[in-house]
Amino acid sequence: MPRGYLEVARIARRHAPRPLLSVRRLTRPGLDPADLDLATGECIALRGPSGAGKSLLLRAIADLDPNQGSGALNGEDRSALLAPAWRRQVMYVPTESGWWSERVGAHFDDPGAASELIPRFALPAKALDWPVSRLSTGERARLALARALLRDPRVLLLDEPTSGLDEDATAAVEAELSRCLAAGAAVLMITHDAAQAKRLAHRRLWMQAGRLTETDPKAGAAGP
Amino acid sequence: MNFIVLTPIDVAVAGVLVLKALFAAASPWLTAGVCALMILFAGREATARQMRKSAGWWTWSLGTSSMMVASTIVTVFALTVQIAADPWYDPRYAIPLLGMILGNTMNGVSLGLDRLIAGATRERSAIEARLALGEDRGTAMRGVVREAVCSGLIPTINGMAAAGLVSLPGMMTGQILAGVEAVKHQILIMFLIAGGTGLGLVVAVIAGARRLTNDLERLRLDRLAPATE
Repeated sequence: MPRGYLEVARIARRHAPRPLLSVRRLTRPGLDPADLDLATGECIALRGPSGAGKSLLLRAIADLDPNQGSGALNGEDRSALLAPAWRRQVMYVPTESGWWSERVGAHFDDPGAASELIPRFALPAKALDWPVSRLSTGERARLALARALLRDPRVLLLDEPTSGLDEDATAAVEAELSRCLAAGAAVLMITHDAAQAKRLAHRRLWMQAGRLTETDPKAGAAGP
Repeated sequence: MNFIVLTPIDVAVAGVLVLKALFAAASPWLTAGVCALMILFAGREATARQMRKSAGWWTWSLGTSSMMVASTIVTVFALTVQIAADPWYDPRYAIPLLGMILGNTMNGVSLGLDRLIAGATRERSAIEARLALGEDRGTAMRGVVREAVCSGLIPTINGMAAAGLVSLPGMMTGQILAGVEAVKHQILIMFLIAGGTGLGLVVAVIAGARRLTNDLERLRLDRLAPATE
């Protein structure tokens, strides 16, 4: 009987869902060592005051700044991959997007796929012909997200993806993110919008002075 | 302001004292020593007036080593293949050739590094966007590198394009009066200068771009000192 039980436990452990992204003791100046697991199809909302280190955490996961600690995607260690290969799968989309050409379309490798995706973000497909300089903040944010999604990352690290968007555009972005989650991606997003966190996220994390915690310390009784 | 005072003094000291003794001695070691001194000084000058100084010694060593490589290759090539001086290191040819090549390479490297650092700082979000999308540092820095190389080459290209009508008549008059084959030499010098500048500039800018990023494909603007006004 105990033997059979142990066997079941062993099999169950082997078949337990392995996290898609797993981060251990990740640290850099301004960030205490952080542990994090993100499962396939899971969305985590990361909240906390400005300057708490939320963006630093996302940048460190994407390996854009010098950092210590380990990260693994599907059990494959970050150090075993070249940085571009890691970032194509674990993609960071900053609040302030960067553009290296004058025309929007030049930032997309596959214009056909881009013109199909862009309308789903409440933008006209002809936005690809616009000069980057005429884009509004909200248009930039959505186009940068579309640019990232077209590269088909497994994990999206989003830094306030809907800041500066109106309600319709926000709804379009959230719908698109939900579609990605359903397709098996995972999302770690910074948001200041509690309602958005409630709508999209399966779990919520809180960042305060560089420390990652499970709950908002101000919520008090709600904490464990 | 010290360059206003120093320039005439430099010229006078170089012209009167050092060169005379050097040409008379015609020693390979002495010539090599003076060449090394010229390169070190050019390295200092090339990086002294950058808009944004970088932390540590690296811009200096980068500027100096790229100029050393470029000017040495081009000068030795000219002395052995084109001028056929005897001995090949004859300071009467080696020193003025190196001087002309170095003076122009210095401008190119100086401009190129300045544009590279300014460009990487200005285009930071664009470079990081490309890195975050999974592109390598060569691709991410391409625009900035190209711009830096172009700006560094502008003085040389201008000089070559306008040579026949603008600069050559002035430079050659003395030589024509002295009865030398001025045009041939002047054209040779112009090509040597273009070669030296192009080589030094490309080496400096590419090495600089690598220094501003790292093997883990990150942009490392933290390696620059804070901007000085």
